[in-house]
Amino acid sequence: MQILNKANYNFLRWKWHAIALSTAVILGGIAMIATKGLPLGIDFSGGTLIVVQFAQPVTEAQVRNAVEPLPGEEVVQQYGDASERRMLIRLPQTEGAVEGNSLEQASMQVEAALQKAGLPMFSIVNRELVSAVIGRDLQLRGIYATLASLLAITIYIGIRFRFSFAVGAIAATLHDVLVTLAFLVFFGYDLSLNVVAAILTITGYSVNDTIVIFDRVRENLRSRRREPLDKIVNESVNQTLSRTIITAGTTFLSVLAIFLFGGEALAGFSFTMLVGIVSGTYSTIFIASAIAIILSGGQARKTATTASSGDAAASQGGKKQKRAKAS
Amino acid sequence: MKDIRWRFILIAVALGLSIWSFYPPQSKIKLGLDLKGGVHLVLRVHTDDALRVETETTVERLRDSMQRAGVQFTKADVVSATEFRVEGIQDDGGFRTAAVDADTNYDRSSEAGGYSYRMKPNITSQLRDQTVTQALETIERRVNELGVAEPVVARYSGQDQILVQLPGVEDVRRAKEIIRSTAQLKLTLVEQGPFPSREAALQAFNNNVPSDVEVLPGRQEGGGTAGTAGTVFYALKKASAVTGRDLRNAQQSIDEFNRPAVQFTLKQDAAGRFGNFTQSNLGRPMAIVLDNRVMSVATIQGRITDSGQITGINRDEMIDTVITLKSGALPASMDYLEERLVGPSLGQESIRAGFISSLAGLGFVVLFMVFYYRLTGMNAVISIVANLVILLGLMAFLGSVMTLPGIAGFILTIGMGVDSNVLIFERIKEELATARGARAAVNAGFDRVWWTIVDTHVSSLIAALLLLQFGTSTIRGFAVTLIIGLLSNVFTAVFVSRTVFEMILTRRQTAAQTLSI
Repeated sequence: MQILNKANYNFLRWKWHAIALSTAVILGGIAMIATKGLPLGIDFSGGTLIVVQFAQPVTEAQVRNAVEPLPGEEVVQQYGDASERRMLIRLPQTEGAVEGNSLEQASMQVEAALQKAGLPMFSIVNRELVSAVIGRDLQLRGIYATLASLLAITIYIGIRFRFSFAVGAIAATLHDVLVTLAFLVFFGYDLSLNVVAAILTITGYSVNDTIVIFDRVRENLRSRRREPLDKIVNESVNQTLSRTIITAGTTFLSVLAIFLFGGEALAGFSFTMLVGIVSGTYSTIFIASAIAIILSGGQARKTATTASSGDAAASQGGKKQKRAKAS
Repeated sequence: MKDIRWRFILIAVALGLSIWSFYPPQSKIKLGLDLKGGVHLVLRVHTDDALRVETETTVERLRDSMQRAGVQFTKADVVSATEFRVEGIQDDGGFRTAAVDADTNYDRSSEAGGYSYRMKPNITSQLRDQTVTQALETIERRVNELGVAEPVVARYSGQDQILVQLPGVEDVRRAKEIIRSTAQLKLTLVEQGPFPSREAALQAFNNNVPSDVEVLPGRQEGGGTAGTAGTVFYALKKASAVTGRDLRNAQQSIDEFNRPAVQFTLKQDAAGRFGNFTQSNLGRPMAIVLDNRVMSVATIQGRITDSGQITGINRDEMIDTVITLKSGALPASMDYLEERLVGPSLGQESIRAGFISSLAGLGFVVLFMVFYYRLTGMNAVISIVANLVILLGLMAFLGSVMTLPGIAGFILTIGMGVDSNVLIFERIKEELATARGARAAVNAGFDRVWWTIVDTHVSSLIAALLLLQFGTSTIRGFAVTLIIGLLSNVFTAVFVSRTVFEMILTRRQTAAQTLSI
């Protein structure tokens, strides 16, 4: 069985459209972040998050009214399915409060407020109290880990392939991170520790896809030095297309299973992964190779005219090409 | 085909060992706090406390040795946790001999009218480090007394942070109090009191409390019914005859009225000191102070040597006080920076949800692979299932923790297995198209794809390794699952899958031209 048999699409024709589209999505995301601010969850901003389970059904409005008098801006959301009667209440880190002692205070205030409002009996099923110190620490780690991961992957691809490829791969990955952030902001997901873990996984995943294509480009370059780079790249994208789509499709559907059945706790994580997988596949096909070609434009022409130039062949000494496929 | 037989045995052994190490999973696979329920705490140790104690002790000793040597001075005071000043010295040479001890840990600089001392930087960091280590050991002892199964007490990010994880703890508030209690026990003389309020106590000294006296709150004693007992204040001598360090043991007991009490005994050298102290202060009131709160006051009736009793507490307080006193005093106070509490019911639900979504993911992948690649799809299913078996086995063997994001890591591992298999199969299909026979196509497919698989796995490993630096156990669980899954996937997708391919081809005996793919 074969889908996409002998695929031969001219993807590179669309490279400028693709770059324009991605730039639009990213700029939109940046504009949103600039106006609304990055939606930091309490892991990074510090604060209090409580999930309470009520004995009888309550409405969000009832709970909101109960906690309204507390200082700061409270967020009240239904947590999970309505039949579970759970409410999520989030309070920001109170300004100027003495750390440590105040950590539990906000949570106790919420409990007291809920009791005073005469709501049904409730129990706390989940409580997270994060001080500003820890929040700042995690923020730094999150930024550091994402940047370090991008840098390390760039270096690795730079060593294994060539520099313009590394830039293409990392541009595609950065693209995926930014697009994912834009979607998170748009759909109102908080940036939690789990979401950052998903974003880091996306960096690895997105580069995976790109590497598969670049590997193919490298292999094709070895046997067909006379041909222009953009033709070889486009053919490589086509040769690996069915693999790209099958892998992305199966991974997408497995993650969709987490999104649908994994419960509220993994919703942000799996949503981030879903967006990242789609964006990663798109950027692999349209962005990574386009940037690699644009950046090594000079080299491609050179290799196309002078047959003796071994520049295009990858530096890594692989197996000798056994098969000389006619083009 | 001896080669294949050995490879087959190797795979069978690997799978057998894996199953042996994780079976039965309920007891062999450790669950994280988010699945089991429990509390994750991060404490900050106020290491400045310990530095201040060190500086205060040094000043105290310096005063002593100056007095003994007859060196005149007007002032010797602590300025900050790491600094003190000595002023009004007449005999400079005499002072230097007397202050020789202070020079070992402090840098001296002369200023107009005196000397400034500042703790040496290496001593400061050494002391801070020591304080955190001591605090860690003390917390460990207390947590063990609490009877929590598989607790974690470890250093956390930052120099002064400690991570405590208590799975399955119900009474979080009590656990937090026990961990944080400094358990500073002091037996000290009462100057004046009790007073009904702090103001009244200060009034008694005309609002000018001498530097060796402090005012501390305590419970009103003999207030008859429990409801009327209020807070009273005592003026106490700061220097205590006995501290928590002098304690040999503490145990539950009852006082003369059959009320709960804590009986404690002192170490030998402290007992001698305490004997002399009580002898020379006969008839004076003495207070037992625990964590800056006066627990009880009694008149010294006679020479007491090695034991005492803390009274006026309820049963729960008695149990907790014994735990904290036995585990020793904390060298510094602490506060909580982070608390994450997961109720056990939520954890149960997460396990169920994670299990269902993993099965759904796996089921879908199996259906797709068999439908799309037919018989060869079964090969992929074998290698993906083998990957999950080895992943579980290694997790049990390494004692790594399964968390909710870790379950997501399982599903991503399935995804990676599919990726590698698809990569190989698609390549084999291409090679088959060149019509050189199934065996040649299989060999070429695996050979050509090998470096691609290495490259993709290394780049994913880089991202996963960087996740490890997040201290929270949930993210660590995810990262560890991903790392083990990536490594075992290289084995299953390439080695196991290739072996299965070759077994099929060998069985056919002929150089088959076709392959069900």
